[in-house]
Amino acid sequence: MPVDAKAVGKEYPAATYEVGLEKIREYANAVGEGSDVHRDREAAKAAGFRDVVAPPMFAVVYSSPALGPAVLDPEVGINFAAMVHGGQEFVWGEPVCAGDTITTTARVVDISEKDGKGFYVFESTSVNQDGDEVVRGTWTNIVRGV
Amino acid sequence: MADLNQGEAIPELRVTPDKYLPHRYAGASGDFNPIHIDNDFAQMVGLPRNILHGLYTMAQVARAQTEAAGSDPRSLRRLKVQFRGMGVPEEEIVVSGTVRERDGDRVVVDTEAFQAGNGIVRNAEAEIELR
Repeated sequence: MPVDAKAVGKEYPAATYEVGLEKIREYANAVGEGSDVHRDREAAKAAGFRDVVAPPMFAVVYSSPALGPAVLDPEVGINFAAMVHGGQEFVWGEPVCAGDTITTTARVVDISEKDGKGFYVFESTSVNQDGDEVVRGTWTNIVRGV
Repeated sequence: MADLNQGEAIPELRVTPDKYLPHRYAGASGDFNPIHIDNDFAQMVGLPRNILHGLYTMAQVARAQTEAAGSDPRSLRRLKVQFRGMGVPEEEIVVSGTVRERDGDRVVVDTEAFQAGNGIVRNAEAEIELR
């Protein structure tokens, strides 16, 4: 069955995420980011940040809630049993610090088929409370046997 | 900090995620997909065992770039990866990379992550800004 591209261009409601200091610490510990700027307020301020700063890949934590409704959308039509995360790109802007409120919107940018595999590509844009872009993500999910 | 001139390798990052790492990463990231944290479930759906989150492995690739640039989290401007194969706990991950081009303080690195000779992140490209 060929993939259906009718959902391309569809946008989903924004999701907001409030960044907490302990969540940054927990994430930094899990992925092995050793710098004090991810743990200690004074160290972060001495390095020029407003507060404890998130490692770049913390983008996953605050931006993925906005992706859920897009990936689960029946109009997109992903067969989850055969889905793998095929690729990911992040382009970073302003640093994200404890106390920030991040708003993320997601949209479908491509649905296509190649060699019997379906490629479902989503894009997300995250901005902070000042309206500055903090990250732009491109999420590629691959479904075998479409 | 590494010199990061064209053609030079970035320092290798080596890390061995322990048996419970996927559980900690699940909690930290919010991704509780059972293929990562339930060995029985993973085997039931045809995997050899519970597997690492791809985004955990990508975080190791990101860390290798940031550390090569002197550990300032603002250094990493862009990272694009393809997930290949499956990462597993209790096996060393090796992240390596080579500087493809350098223009002043902007450095583009070709990078990848291997585990026991299997590429788990391939064709990755990182853009670093030296500060």
